[in-house]
Amino acid sequence: MALLQISEPGHAPAPHQHRLAVGIDLGTTNSLVATVRSGVATVLPDAQGRPLLPSIVRYGLGKIEVGYAAQARQSDDPKNTIVSVKRFMGRGLKDVAHVENAPYDFVDAPGMVQIRTASGVKTPVEVSAEILKVLRERAELSLGGPLSGAVITVPAYFDDAQRQATKDAGQLAGLNVLRLLNEPTAAAIAYGLENASEGIYAVYDLGGGTFDLSILKLSKGVFEVVATSGDSMLGGDDFDQRLFCWAVEEAKLPPLSPRDMRLLQVRSREAKEYLTFHGEAPITARLSTGDVIDLKIDTETFCGITQTLVQKTLVPVRKALRDAGLTVEDVKGVVMVGGATRMPQIQRAVGEFFKRDPLNNLDPDKVVALGAAMQANVLAGNKPQGEDWLLLDVIPLSLGIETMGGLVEKIIPRNTTIPAARAQEFTTFKDGQTGMSVHVVQGERELVSDCRSLARFELKGIPPMAAGAARIRVTFQVDADGLLSVTAKEGTSGVEASVNVKPSYGLGDADIERMLRDSFEHAREDMHARALAEQRVEGQRLVEATRSALAADKSLLSDDEATAIEQTLAELEKLIGGTDHRAIKRAADALNKATEEFAARRMDAGVRRALAGKKIGNL
Amino acid sequence: MSAGAAKALTSSSSHFELFGLPPSYVLDKDRLEAAYRDIQSRVHPDRFAHAGDAERRASLQWTTRVNEAYRTLKDPVQRGKHLLELHGVDVAFETNTQMPTEFLMQQLELREELDAAIQKKDAAALDAMRARLVSQKEMIQEEIGESIDAKKDYAGAAELVRKLMFLSKLDDEIDLAYEAVE
Repeated sequence: MALLQISEPGHAPAPHQHRLAVGIDLGTTNSLVATVRSGVATVLPDAQGRPLLPSIVRYGLGKIEVGYAAQARQSDDPKNTIVSVKRFMGRGLKDVAHVENAPYDFVDAPGMVQIRTASGVKTPVEVSAEILKVLRERAELSLGGPLSGAVITVPAYFDDAQRQATKDAGQLAGLNVLRLLNEPTAAAIAYGLENASEGIYAVYDLGGGTFDLSILKLSKGVFEVVATSGDSMLGGDDFDQRLFCWAVEEAKLPPLSPRDMRLLQVRSREAKEYLTFHGEAPITARLSTGDVIDLKIDTETFCGITQTLVQKTLVPVRKALRDAGLTVEDVKGVVMVGGATRMPQIQRAVGEFFKRDPLNNLDPDKVVALGAAMQANVLAGNKPQGEDWLLLDVIPLSLGIETMGGLVEKIIPRNTTIPAARAQEFTTFKDGQTGMSVHVVQGERELVSDCRSLARFELKGIPPMAAGAARIRVTFQVDADGLLSVTAKEGTSGVEASVNVKPSYGLGDADIERMLRDSFEHAREDMHARALAEQRVEGQRLVEATRSALAADKSLLSDDEATAIEQTLAELEKLIGGTDHRAIKRAADALNKATEEFAARRMDAGVRRALAGKKIGNL
Repeated sequence: MSAGAAKALTSSSSHFELFGLPPSYVLDKDRLEAAYRDIQSRVHPDRFAHAGDAERRASLQWTTRVNEAYRTLKDPVQRGKHLLELHGVDVAFETNTQMPTEFLMQQLELREELDAAIQKKDAAALDAMRARLVSQKEMIQEEIGESIDAKKDYAGAAELVRKLMFLSKLDDEIDLAYEAVE
């Protein structure tokens, strides 16, 4: 496919500098890790050759099992075996659907729910980190070295708290998270590159626990998300749940023990999968009470009990089309993603809605991980410029703040291309008011109580003024991961407050550091070695980046400026050879500071070149 | 190149200058899109994921700026507002609500029609309303183009931009109505 040509030299690393980068699909049901090897994206299997890792973690006494080993124990140790943890990421207890059917000992913690296990109380972030650790180790073993970075995928419809939780889990697992990438966007990359597609495409992504619908415009090396919508509490799990409830009713069962509940849930899932290829499926189980369940369900009944779920997915589909200002006739193809799209009733409903057969030519279980690997390869700088692509994604849900009367004032509307920043001015409503509390929310509803609360913070020290005289400017900045930071500033006095929208669920940087420390508590040496390795990698990355920047654009600097940067660079290089990780960090910080102005000038020069290119092109 | 010159482009240039476009209401959308993508392909954070903090920060700032400029120029209401501001005319959405009575009456009737469609859960009525609205918006946009680009009647254009904003809000309400009807 034709790609944007970028001419300036210096960015592309020499071939020998290939950085090890992976894409990780952290799924509700299964997780995968993939990488690009010799130009081809491939899923990395485990030692037994299995590509999927069931997203299941079992906390035994002093022993943690992840994947198939945990899966094998889920029915006999349901309380300590966490399945579908993705449903709890960044969520409070009241946000979690079907709590009554989850056999866990929940702890209602501020912001995010926690689970009491045989190895202590665990947050969903920690549970997810266990899954990511296994995938990291798998990749490092298979690629033969430490990873330079990873792209982790998230449902496009994930809100800020869920995204932040995912990034924290990555960090906790010792990964350098290059980017959080939306799952349907990852699928579109894999599909678009494979088929050299151009035009408007819809990605229908029904995972284990989440549903996303993204509409993308693919053209000339650009993947542009036009609109995205979804339901972060709807997935294949809900179809299992319907079957489970049907079975309980049909067999007239009394309330079940956690163990029997899990057993019947597993049987229900198996029946669902069986029905994809057969007209009828058995559900049989011997319960701990001695009761034997022996049921049969046919396709028609299954379609009947899940019809409302199928229809529910079409609501976001219509909404995304409206947001994009498009009709089904504009859509050139519908890419199906996620194991749950294998269900024939889903295929049929999507086909009827879009009036065309859905595209199923990529494995719906692997396509997200493959796309993430391709993007990781680009972000790591392994692709020469001119062969890479541009990805333009959006935020899925509007961001706003609470105003008088519990109403929401939207500051950044949904489907805004990221990175984005927007500021809004507010004022005081009482004479002499010296403080203002800022409540940041996310969602589409007008009432604060109907939106998701992300953070609260106080702006203090506003000089006393008449009501309405203060000018408080609240700025929202959303970065390329879709993560929000907020600053508030009073105009007349310059009083400022800022917040990383993180503390809402009570897991700050300090907590993560502590957890990391805990996991190394029996291995101090290990911890030092690891910190040193990390700082060396980071320092080396900076040295390379600065060198290539100097090679390309030294002309933007005066001789004195260039000498100053070169000296700081030499200092960092010298320290990288040593063993003091703190000194390396200090030298890296110094180099970052020394190159600030240079970076700004380079960016400006890039834009000028773009404009100059345009003018020549127009002649 | 001096740092001063670089700063000038960053902070004070209009959205049109940023994309190398003439400051007119009638817009060459293909040229805008091409310029936007060309600049993004150079400044986007994905290009700097392995760079130093300073470059990553600069990239974030630039991309944010470019996205905002692109969003403004693509949107017919915001483009009009920005262009009039460049000519020293404040469209004043918030404070200036004085509109011709006839126009306001028409708006009231349209909202009543919308409420009726919601009550009856009548998606076809919404489709019809939307179709009318689209052509009405196109007409006003043509008028704005003429007022600004040809007649240089900025005060007159400001009223037209306010009208267009009213219609855009109605458009948003129709979107919400579809959700209520479905």
